[in-house]
Amino acid sequence: MIAFTLNGRPTTVEADPGTPLLWVLRDQLQLTGTKYGCGIAQCGACTVHLDGRAVRSCVTPVSMVSGKRVTTIEGIGETPVGRAIQKAWQEVDVPQCGYCQSGQIMAAAALLAEHPRPSEAQIVAAMDGILCRCGTYNRIRKAILEAAAGGA
Amino acid sequence: MFSLNELQRPARRKFLRDLAVLGGGLVIGFRLPEKGGRAWAAEATATGGEKVYPPNAFIRIAPDDSVTLVVNKSEMGQGVYTSLPMLINEELDAPWERIRIEPAPVAAVYNHTQFGLQLTGGSTSVASSWEQLRRVGASARLLLIEAAARRWGVPATACKAENGRIFHPDGRTSLSYGEVAEEAGKLPLPSEVPLKDPKDFKWIGKSLKRLDTPEKITGKAVFGIDVRLPDMVTVLVARCPVFGGKLKQFDATEALKVPGVVGVYEVPTGVAVAASGFWPAKTARDLLQIEWDEGEGAALSTAKLRESYFALARTPGAVARRDGDVVSGFKAAVKTVHAEYEVPYLAHAPMEPLNVTVDLRPDHCTIWTGTQSQTLDRMAAATVAGLQPEEVEIHTTYLGGGFGRRANPHADFVTEAVQVAKAVGRPVQVIWTREDDLRGGYYRPMWVDVIEAAIDKGGKPVAWKHTIVGQSIMESTPMAAVMIKDGVDAASVEGAATIPYQIPNVQVELHSPKSPVPVQWWRSVGHSHTAFVVETMIDELAHLARQDPVKFRLSLLPRTSRHRAVLQLAAQKAGWGKVKPTAGHAFGVAVHESFGSVVAEIAEVSLENGQVRVHRVVAAVDCGRVINPDGVVQQIEGGIVYGLAAALHGEITLEGGRPVQSNFHDYPILRHSEMPRVEVHLVPSEAPPSGVGEPGTPPIAPAVANALFVLTGKRVRRLPLARETFA
Repeated sequence: MIAFTLNGRPTTVEADPGTPLLWVLRDQLQLTGTKYGCGIAQCGACTVHLDGRAVRSCVTPVSMVSGKRVTTIEGIGETPVGRAIQKAWQEVDVPQCGYCQSGQIMAAAALLAEHPRPSEAQIVAAMDGILCRCGTYNRIRKAILEAAAGGA
Repeated sequence: MFSLNELQRPARRKFLRDLAVLGGGLVIGFRLPEKGGRAWAAEATATGGEKVYPPNAFIRIAPDDSVTLVVNKSEMGQGVYTSLPMLINEELDAPWERIRIEPAPVAAVYNHTQFGLQLTGGSTSVASSWEQLRRVGASARLLLIEAAARRWGVPATACKAENGRIFHPDGRTSLSYGEVAEEAGKLPLPSEVPLKDPKDFKWIGKSLKRLDTPEKITGKAVFGIDVRLPDMVTVLVARCPVFGGKLKQFDATEALKVPGVVGVYEVPTGVAVAASGFWPAKTARDLLQIEWDEGEGAALSTAKLRESYFALARTPGAVARRDGDVVSGFKAAVKTVHAEYEVPYLAHAPMEPLNVTVDLRPDHCTIWTGTQSQTLDRMAAATVAGLQPEEVEIHTTYLGGGFGRRANPHADFVTEAVQVAKAVGRPVQVIWTREDDLRGGYYRPMWVDVIEAAIDKGGKPVAWKHTIVGQSIMESTPMAAVMIKDGVDAASVEGAATIPYQIPNVQVELHSPKSPVPVQWWRSVGHSHTAFVVETMIDELAHLARQDPVKFRLSLLPRTSRHRAVLQLAAQKAGWGKVKPTAGHAFGVAVHESFGSVVAEIAEVSLENGQVRVHRVVAAVDCGRVINPDGVVQQIEGGIVYGLAAALHGEITLEGGRPVQSNFHDYPILRHSEMPRVEVHLVPSEAPPSGVGEPGTPPIAPAVANALFVLTGKRVRRLPLARETFA
């Protein structure tokens, strides 16, 4: 039995401790907003927050989240930064296929929580591990800057 | 499987009246044409003769004024859930914020107007729906007006409809669409359905926000991989690592010990592991002991293929184009260039790996998947399940990228999933891992191109001989009879046989070697290699002739060529010939027509520690009339990124019959840090709309390669660029 806080609510799961958090979220807790893209921390589609920091849930054993706070795309809109990011994403019309966007938004929210006025270099550093095949990168950058300008 | 004799029959254009009351609303269906036109494949009898039933329609208006538009093209990021509703609503004129989208089920009424089957591809969604969907909207509007006019006892011609309401001739009284939808649904379809004069367009030509964005930024959008059924098990299939190989035997003892594993099954494509979720399925699959009969494919390697392709290129091929006489053309030349090009197999690598959910019952099969190819998938599923096509239901989810991979002409991923469902005996979700995706074939073919080209003493090209070697994509597909003529697969030579420049002696030849490696269309299909070779060679000739590459191209383009305006616009916006690039940077240009659109791109490139860095891309696009300008910009941006990823990094190589690359660490796609600034400029046009999903991709590789020549004096003739060393 592993207990943690998921999107603000206490949660317990029965799972093999080595199971990646991604599959606990998707297959056991039915939170399918967090995506599988590579399984080896190479694409960032599975990005969630662990105690506010962006982590790749596909390589995070569920045992590691015991007693910690996990936030997913389903819960990020409840935070001021998450709301600002989602609003900017809507304004700029960022997504195309949309599959990577949960990861992009989670990484961007973690970035803004740490650096409310990020530099270009900080944006690239925080976002470089989150791949998008549709080519929405410039819109993502624009949306992050808009969220930063409006949010802080 | 297909009755191809239907193909040449002239398009029969007709409205098919399909009105029915559903929940007290108006349902309007429209069919155009049933079969034929430029169709690639006529629909099988089983579905062709199917009765159109009420939900098979494009518009539903409920009494509460909600408007549901059914979209018959798959949303894979290209924006059809916004652009196609815009076409309907331009004529329907319902309040945009009341519009909801529903993906179409599989039915003949939803067939592509040109292909004769339900398919999203070829950058044709808007072009092929342009007239159809506006007529659908206009018909509904006329019926709503007629219903209101009858209720009021006034002539319909004296009433007008706007923004979801019908107005009485008195100018004060009005009724909402929802209030008259039921009556409208009982009226006969109008025989004359005039369309708006384009100067009166209210929506078309304006940038509207995508209707799918809210779901995609909250994690609520349901992709195929997000479908959850109560009794579902997750299945991973172990497939032969060598193309064309077969299963010999397997031992599942260890795999079956993994908690959560439900069973291990032999299926036609390999060994299927079913479990309570992805993780136990993956863990168990890794523990399978499998012996494969690898077959002849095991001898395959990129090095050997390359050698055999170049050997073929030295022999005469099937002639795809012959103008004048290249032999005498070369005799008259003063300078000749011989160049050999090579581009690799490429995987589509959509961010959402392939997956299919199947609930197979004795008399019915329900499938949830992100597919671009509903009709062929349904026929294949029916064959495997032993059902009639109409007993197979497909729910098209959002597609986490398609790029062609999700329109498999052999329905590979759906066929396998139904085979798995049969073996497992309960609802299954078959998921491909990223490794399965990259190693699973259906690649953009590897191509070898040889061009010999020559200029005369005035610097004009006088002879151009282009030999192409690569696998045919269309061979053994339902499209073969239409696409392959006299040994030439039109998709192999598109962009090469159609070279736009005026050269008196041109010969284009094709060799289509066979190989066990499955190949498929990949964003921009044949253009993905022909633009690279044609546009770098033209650039080479410009330098040989000591002429400016833009002026040189313009001098070779006919007066009426659409290429001219895009080339000039891109050059002007990039400051070509006016602005000196930053020290250490260079500009390169390319222009290419594909899917009815012409795109010119100018890339600003530098080398950083020997690595190619693209700083900025200026694109100019002629895609006919623009429906949603921001949507077009998104597609061109995306097409450039897709092409740039391939140009810089993309390659699938083979050793011992096995694809070498396995995941994003060795099959890199473009990252944030590599993203150039992109500017997209649209050429104003009143011509009917043409494609935008693919045409942004072909020009980027040659534009970058041409810039690299300016920087280094080295002609890049192989991709990806990561293979090359630059001083």
